[in-house]
Amino acid sequence: MIALAPQGLLARSIRGVVASPKAALALAICLLLVLAAIFAPILAPQNPYDLMQIDLFDGKLPPLSRGYNGQLYLLGTDTQGRDMLSAMLYGLRTSLAVGVTAGVLALAVGTSLGLLAAYAGGRVDATIMRFVDLMLGFPTILVALMILVVFGQGTGKVILALVFVQWAYFARAVRATAMVEAAKDYVEAARCLGLSSPRILFGHLLPNCLPPLIVIGTIQVANAIAAEATLSFLGIGLPITEPSLGLLIANGYQVLLAGTYWMSVYPGLLLLVLVFAINIVGDRLRIVLNPRLSQ
Amino acid sequence: MSLLHIDNLHTVFDTAAGTIRAVDGVSLTLEPGQIVGLVGESGSGKSITGFSVLGLLDPPGRVAEGRILFKGRDLASLSPREFRALRGDRIAMIFQDPMMTLNPVLSIGTQMVETVQAHRKVSKAEARARARDALGRVGIPRPEERLAAYPHEFSGGMRQRVAIAMALLHEPDLIIADEPTTALDVTIQAQILSVVQGLVADMGMALIWISHDLGVVAGLADRIAVMYAGRIVEEGATDDVLDRPRHPYTAGLVASTPLANDRGQPLRQIRGTAPSPLNRPAGCAFAPRCDHATEVCGQEPGETAQGDRRWRCFHPLGGQA
Amino acid sequence: MNDIVASAEKVSKNFRTAPDFAEKLAIRLGAASPPPTVRALDGVSVQVRRGEVLGVVGESGCGKSTLGRIMAGMLPASDGTVRRNGEDIATLRGAAAKRARLATQIIFQDPMSSLNPRKRVGEIIGEAPRVHGLTPRTEVPALVAELLKTVGLDPAMADRFPHQFSGGQRQRIGIARALAVKPDFLICDESIAALDVSIQAQVINLFMDLRRDFGLTLMFISHDLGVVRHIADRVVIMYLGRVVEVAEADTVFEAPRHPYTVALLDEIPRIDRRARRFSAIKGEIPSPLNPPPGCHFHPRCPHAFDRCRVERPALTTLAPGLDVACHLNDGRGLSPEQQEPKGD
Repeated sequence: MIALAPQGLLARSIRGVVASPKAALALAICLLLVLAAIFAPILAPQNPYDLMQIDLFDGKLPPLSRGYNGQLYLLGTDTQGRDMLSAMLYGLRTSLAVGVTAGVLALAVGTSLGLLAAYAGGRVDATIMRFVDLMLGFPTILVALMILVVFGQGTGKVILALVFVQWAYFARAVRATAMVEAAKDYVEAARCLGLSSPRILFGHLLPNCLPPLIVIGTIQVANAIAAEATLSFLGIGLPITEPSLGLLIANGYQVLLAGTYWMSVYPGLLLLVLVFAINIVGDRLRIVLNPRLSQ
Repeated sequence: MSLLHIDNLHTVFDTAAGTIRAVDGVSLTLEPGQIVGLVGESGSGKSITGFSVLGLLDPPGRVAEGRILFKGRDLASLSPREFRALRGDRIAMIFQDPMMTLNPVLSIGTQMVETVQAHRKVSKAEARARARDALGRVGIPRPEERLAAYPHEFSGGMRQRVAIAMALLHEPDLIIADEPTTALDVTIQAQILSVVQGLVADMGMALIWISHDLGVVAGLADRIAVMYAGRIVEEGATDDVLDRPRHPYTAGLVASTPLANDRGQPLRQIRGTAPSPLNRPAGCAFAPRCDHATEVCGQEPGETAQGDRRWRCFHPLGGQA
Repeated sequence: MNDIVASAEKVSKNFRTAPDFAEKLAIRLGAASPPPTVRALDGVSVQVRRGEVLGVVGESGCGKSTLGRIMAGMLPASDGTVRRNGEDIATLRGAAAKRARLATQIIFQDPMSSLNPRKRVGEIIGEAPRVHGLTPRTEVPALVAELLKTVGLDPAMADRFPHQFSGGQRQRIGIARALAVKPDFLICDESIAALDVSIQAQVINLFMDLRRDFGLTLMFISHDLGVVRHIADRVVIMYLGRVVEVAEADTVFEAPRHPYTVALLDEIPRIDRRARRFSAIKGEIPSPLNPPPGCHFHPRCPHAFDRCRVERPALTTLAPGLDVACHLNDGRGLSPEQQEPKGD
C-alpha cells in the first residue's frame, strides 16, 4: 500500500485541487474574486461610498451606458446613480470579509470546544455535545435572525450571529476526528512520556484533526457569505452604509419588476458564482483530504 | 492433468506513483488433494497471487501476463458469468477476516441457503439441510439452531468456522486460504487447523494455504512455495525446503526462528528490509540483503529445477540448513 | 538499590462502560440492568526483578496488556497495589511521580499508529527530553542522532516523517523515543507481533542488545511462546485475568505444570513439527464478561474434576521460582507422567 504523505497539508490540498480541471477553475475564480475584493479601491471606477463621486442624474442607467460626465457604466447604475460595478466590488469586499472572519472565528471556537469535549469526556463532553445537537437542530437563519433582533444590527453583531450558528459544525467534526485519533498509540505514547495535556491536545491531536477542518472551513465560509447575504437581504444584516452583495440585491429587488434588472441580477450572479466556486473547491478538498481515499 | 496450473503470472497495479509489479512471474502447479503452503512476508505478492486465481482483483489491479489453467481451462477465457459459477463452486476462498464473506445483516442460514441455491437448483429445505451439514462438519455445536444466528453472535474463531463451512458447501476442488488463522489465538488457531486438515483429508480437496507463518505451514503443507518480492524464490516438498533450503532467503527465515537458535543468544537475522514494490532492485530482489550476493546477482536469476524442487538463485546453498 | 524494579500486588482491574444520562435514567427506573463489568485482571501478583526479562504470555482477554498498562502507571488499578522500586505509585506526587512516570516506558504493538504522522522523527524522539528539561535544547539534535544510532538507524533520518519508514524501522524509532527519557524499565506490549518474520528477529536482537548495554529490565508481553522462550528469563502465563503459572523459562518449557501451559506449548506452530495432526484443546476462550466459576480453565481442561468447578486454585509456590495455580495433585499441577508426550 502506498500511503500519501500526510504532512505538507497545504501543498497536498493545492495539488489535489489543481489536479481536477473543474476544481482548478473554481479555485482560480475564488482567487480572482479575493484579489478583486482586496484591490477594490484601485479597481473600482468610483468609490461608491463617496457621495461627491455620485451623480443623481446618472441614476438607473442600464449597462454600457455613458453618464452625464461621459464616464462608462459597464454594469449600469443604481437608483442613486452609483456605478454598479464599483458597488459590487465593494460589496464583494464586505461579503468576503464578513464571511471569512465569521468562518475563522467559528473554526477557532468550534475546534477548541470540540477538542475539549473529546479530551475531557464525561460530563463536559455530554454538555458540549448536547449544545451542539441543539444548535444543529435549529435552522441557521432562524437563530441568526433571533440574535440580530435581540442585539440589533451592526457588522460585529452579524459576525457574532454567524459564529454562533456555525461553531457547532466544527465542534462536531473535530470531536469525531479527535476521538479516533486519541485512541491511537501515539497519543498514549505521549502520555507515557509525561507530556502535558495542552501539549498533547494542541501539539499532537490537533494537527491530526486538520483535514476535516479545512474542508468544513471552506464550505462554512461559503455558507457564512450566503447567510450574511440573506440577513442583509432581509434588512437586518449589515448597516446600509456598508452595502454587501446581499444588500445590493435587496436594493435592486425593489425595482426589479420595473425593468431595471441589472441592479439586482448582477450582484446576485456574483454572489452565486462566489458561493458556487467556494463549494466546488470544498467538495474537491473533501475528496483530496479524505484519509480513506488517500491510500 | 494438474488441477491448477499458474504459468508465468504477472499481476500489476497501475498507480499514480508508478506501476507496482505485485506478482512478477509466478508459476505454480497443484495436483488434486495437494496442500501447498504459499509463504511470504507482507508485500511479497502471496495474497495477490490468490486473488488473481480467483479473479477477485480490484482495479487498478490486473493480470498483465501469464495464464491460469484450472482443470486445463484457461480462466481468462471465461465470461464473468462463467467465472462466478466456478468461484464458490469449484474454487473457494477463505479470508483472514471472515467478514469478507459474511454479510453482517443476514442470518448465516439465509446466506448459506443463498450460496447453495446460487450454484445448485435445489429446494430451500434441501439447501438448508446442506447448510446445516456444513456447519456440523466444521465443528459448530447445534448447527440447526445456529443457522438462525447472525455473524456478530459468533466468536472470532467460530465466525471463521462459519466462513469455512460456506466455502465448503459445494465440496470445491480447490480452496485458497489467505491467512485465515493469523488473527486468531494460538489455541483457536489450532482448532481451525485441525478442522481444515480433517476436511481436506476427507474430501480430497486441494488447498493453497497463504501464510507468513512457517510454523503453521510446516505442520500442514505437503509442499512449500516461498515468495519474495513478487516471485517464488524456492519451491519443493515441505521437508526439503525447511531442512535443506537452497535459497538464502528461505535459509534466513528458517534460521531466524527463535526455536532454531540457542536461548538468550542473538537470533541469526536477515539484515535490511524487503524492497518497496515500487522500487525493486534489478536482478535478484534479495541480493541487497544476501550474504552470498555477488556481481552476477545484478542480473535476473533464472529458475533452476532439480527433481520436484526449483529455486531462483545464482548461489544456491548446498542443501544444509 | 531495590532488587524488585516493579511489582503488582493482588491487582485487579474492572472495566465498566459508563452509562450516559438516558441509560442512568433507565437503570434508575428499572428498565435496564446496570452495565456489565469486565474483570480484566483478577488479583494478579507479579514481581519484576532488576535486569531480568519477564515474559508475560496469554491469549486475548487474558489481561496481559492491561497488566502492562497498570504496571506502567498508565491505568489505575481498581484494587491492589503497584510498586515501583518499592514505592506505591498511587502515593507518589510531584517530581517523584514524574520520575516514576518516565522511568517506565511502553513499546507499542502497531508501529503504524504509535508514531505521530505529522511530526518529524527528530521531534518525535527529542520532544520529551527537551520539554522535561532532561537535555538542553541545543543538545537535543545530538541526543536524537545518538539514539538513532543506538537503535540501528541512520542519524541523517531525523528530518524524515514516519511514513517514510518501514514497519521495522518505525518500531526502532518508537524504541528510540522511549529511550530518550532514560527509563530503566521497558514494557514491550506485543512489540514484534505486527512485524514481518525477517524483521522480528532484528527487533528481538535489538531488545537483547539494549538490555545488555543499558542494564534495562524488560517486561515482554507476547502471545508467541517461541519468542518468549528465546528472550525471557522468567515467564508468567495468564488466562482470563489470572496468573496460572510463573516459572523460570527453562522450567516452563521443559516441565510445564498447568494444563493450560501444556496446551499452549503443544499448539504453538513450530517449523520442526511436520505433517502433524492438529488436535486442539476443546472449547473457546470464555468471555471475560462472564468467566466460568472456580478455575477459569476448567471447561477446557482435560484433567478437570469437581473441585476445579467451584474453587479458585490459589497461586502456590512449589519450589523457589515456581508458582502454579492448579488443583491437580494437591495444588502441584501436572506431574511429568500426566503430561502427554509432546511432538508427534
